[in-house]
Amino acid sequence: MTERTSHTTELTASPDVSREHGVHLLREMLRIRRFEERCVELYSAAKIRGFLHLYIGEEAVATGVMATLEPDDAVVSTYREHGHAIAKGIGMGPIMAEMFGKVDGVARGRGGSMHLFDAATRFYGGNAIVAGGIPLAVGIALADRMQGRDRVTVCFFGEGAVDEGAFHESINLASLWDAPVLFACENNRYSMGMALERAEAQTDLALKAAGYAVPAWHVDGMDVLAVEEGTRRAITAIRAGGGPAFIEYETYRFRAHSMYDPDLYRDPKEVEAWKQRDPIPALIETLQKLGHLDDAEVAALEAEVDAEVDAAVAFAEDSPLEPVEDLHRFVTSEVAP
Amino acid sequence: MSTTTPAPTTVTLTLREALKQSLRDALHRDERVFLMGEDIGAYGGCFAVTMGLLDEFGPERIRDTPLSEVAIVGTAIGAAMNGMRPIAEIMTCNFSLLALDQVINNAATLLHMSGGQFNVPVVIRTTAGAGKQLAAQHSHSFEPIFAHIPGIRVLSIATHEDARAVLWQALEDPDPVVLFEYPRIMTMEAEVPVEPTPVDLDSAAIRRAGSDVTLITYGAIQHTVLEAAAALAEDGIDAEVIDLRSLRPLDDATVLGSVARTHRAVVIEEPWRTLGVGAEVAARVTEQAFYDLDAPVARIGSAEVPMPYAKHLEDAAQPQVPAVVAAVHRVMHRG
Repeated sequence: MTERTSHTTELTASPDVSREHGVHLLREMLRIRRFEERCVELYSAAKIRGFLHLYIGEEAVATGVMATLEPDDAVVSTYREHGHAIAKGIGMGPIMAEMFGKVDGVARGRGGSMHLFDAATRFYGGNAIVAGGIPLAVGIALADRMQGRDRVTVCFFGEGAVDEGAFHESINLASLWDAPVLFACENNRYSMGMALERAEAQTDLALKAAGYAVPAWHVDGMDVLAVEEGTRRAITAIRAGGGPAFIEYETYRFRAHSMYDPDLYRDPKEVEAWKQRDPIPALIETLQKLGHLDDAEVAALEAEVDAEVDAAVAFAEDSPLEPVEDLHRFVTSEVAP
Repeated sequence: MSTTTPAPTTVTLTLREALKQSLRDALHRDERVFLMGEDIGAYGGCFAVTMGLLDEFGPERIRDTPLSEVAIVGTAIGAAMNGMRPIAEIMTCNFSLLALDQVINNAATLLHMSGGQFNVPVVIRTTAGAGKQLAAQHSHSFEPIFAHIPGIRVLSIATHEDARAVLWQALEDPDPVVLFEYPRIMTMEAEVPVEPTPVDLDSAAIRRAGSDVTLITYGAIQHTVLEAAAALAEDGIDAEVIDLRSLRPLDDATVLGSVARTHRAVVIEEPWRTLGVGAEVAARVTEQAFYDLDAPVARIGSAEVPMPYAKHLEDAAQPQVPAVVAAVHRVMHRG
């Protein structure tokens, strides 16, 4: 077992970003934002049912993290995973079709909003048991290591998952076994309605990871450039064989927990204050200051994203339902792998 | 010219050794196979099944874990989803409850919920049953809890021949397998073929052929049932004994075929009787073979109490030979 020092470094973003990459990051955040906004409309129109957990406000995290990954790196996610799925490269159409409960959805309509899966992009699912995906991520990463593959697994979870025993058992095992996992903790400060200060006696979450000899950092999750820089540092170390790392992304959801949540537990002033830190206008401002982008280009990007979302909705509308006769398919495997 | 003795074709093994041989075969056959669990390596296994494997296969493949049942099972599931063939060991099924979330919400669910994209070829070994005075947190039998769940295969292994073959066969299943073993009978000896012989794990096994009554059972208690069958033979009752072996899926055909011949059935299991495997079997027999029956199906299970420590109470809580004999006499209208 390797000795490790722990870090709880504050990372500050460098404003150095190329035009091409800056526009890519902006496009990805806009794709997530507009997709989520359309989901709200479609939920109201009863096209999407069940629980719907929106990622609005947190786009910088998924976007910045995915920018550091190779295509064959794996992602394990939660029930608030639309942003992760889009940023990982799953088509918006199949994601929307999943929410419509259609057969062309990423899970044939069996999973819905909380359970997006895609083997092709190594997206191991939205897991709706809080912390339930964390040991899976350790196992996926361990399997890569045991098979000599140079891959990393990113495991997203909210700060509420740190309350669960599964988190503590899993990060300890990952540390003991040098599993190439990034524990990506999206601290949006509320687990449903439970404020972090009311749920955790120690609210510095990186310290918990440090307690398992896992290097840990705090990163400003509202700044996509800071997310990318901090994550790249961690991913590089993990890929080099340094064992797991933990990053606490300090972020905020602008919307309620789910569409059912009347949001009675947050002070509207607090929500407003975080909205002032919206990562999308912040990046536009940075890119404009650098002379990378003008208003017309932003408008063109918006139009491009709107068209993509329109096409995804049309794809979902056009997709058929899975035949009821298929209900029992995939309880067990149809062919041995 | 010298004469040579032909190599023996059978060998006498304890059940523990048969299981270990099966694990060893699995590790030799497929380099993706590895073991993980509490004290399976340096200690040699809580019930000594894995004794010696660490030296033979090394710490990469025989992985001692911390006391973390959720992480053991969840990590094994993740590794299975990504190309490995892990065998996770949970010392007793009482402890398996800590990992039940991973078994039900992930292992059993992911293939269906992902629309067929992610199968989970994991094997989870655990133990069940009383008889060693280990009291209520080490002695229970939770086979029915697992057998309730679609998406996993549940096997109950209590004979040497099955034990010798079970692991490499279970590992060929692309889906999760939960394997119940029985500490009470680990030191029982029997003769098995030197070369592992495939067994039909999908089917129930007729352990004793008979014509008067069908005794349906599984797990370690089948050895008690076989004793009861021998006692019944002395009374002139010829009992057939069926070891269900696979608890999910259940092999209805073997059970119904037997009942069609004997017209009487008693189900004996070690878990509590209420809502157990026996209840399911009795319901299936009644649904599908009602007109074959000459008597209602009888059921025997453990007393519905947490398993006590004291020997006389532990014995009283478990199905014993006289209870089986008495139940058979009742269905034979001799009680």
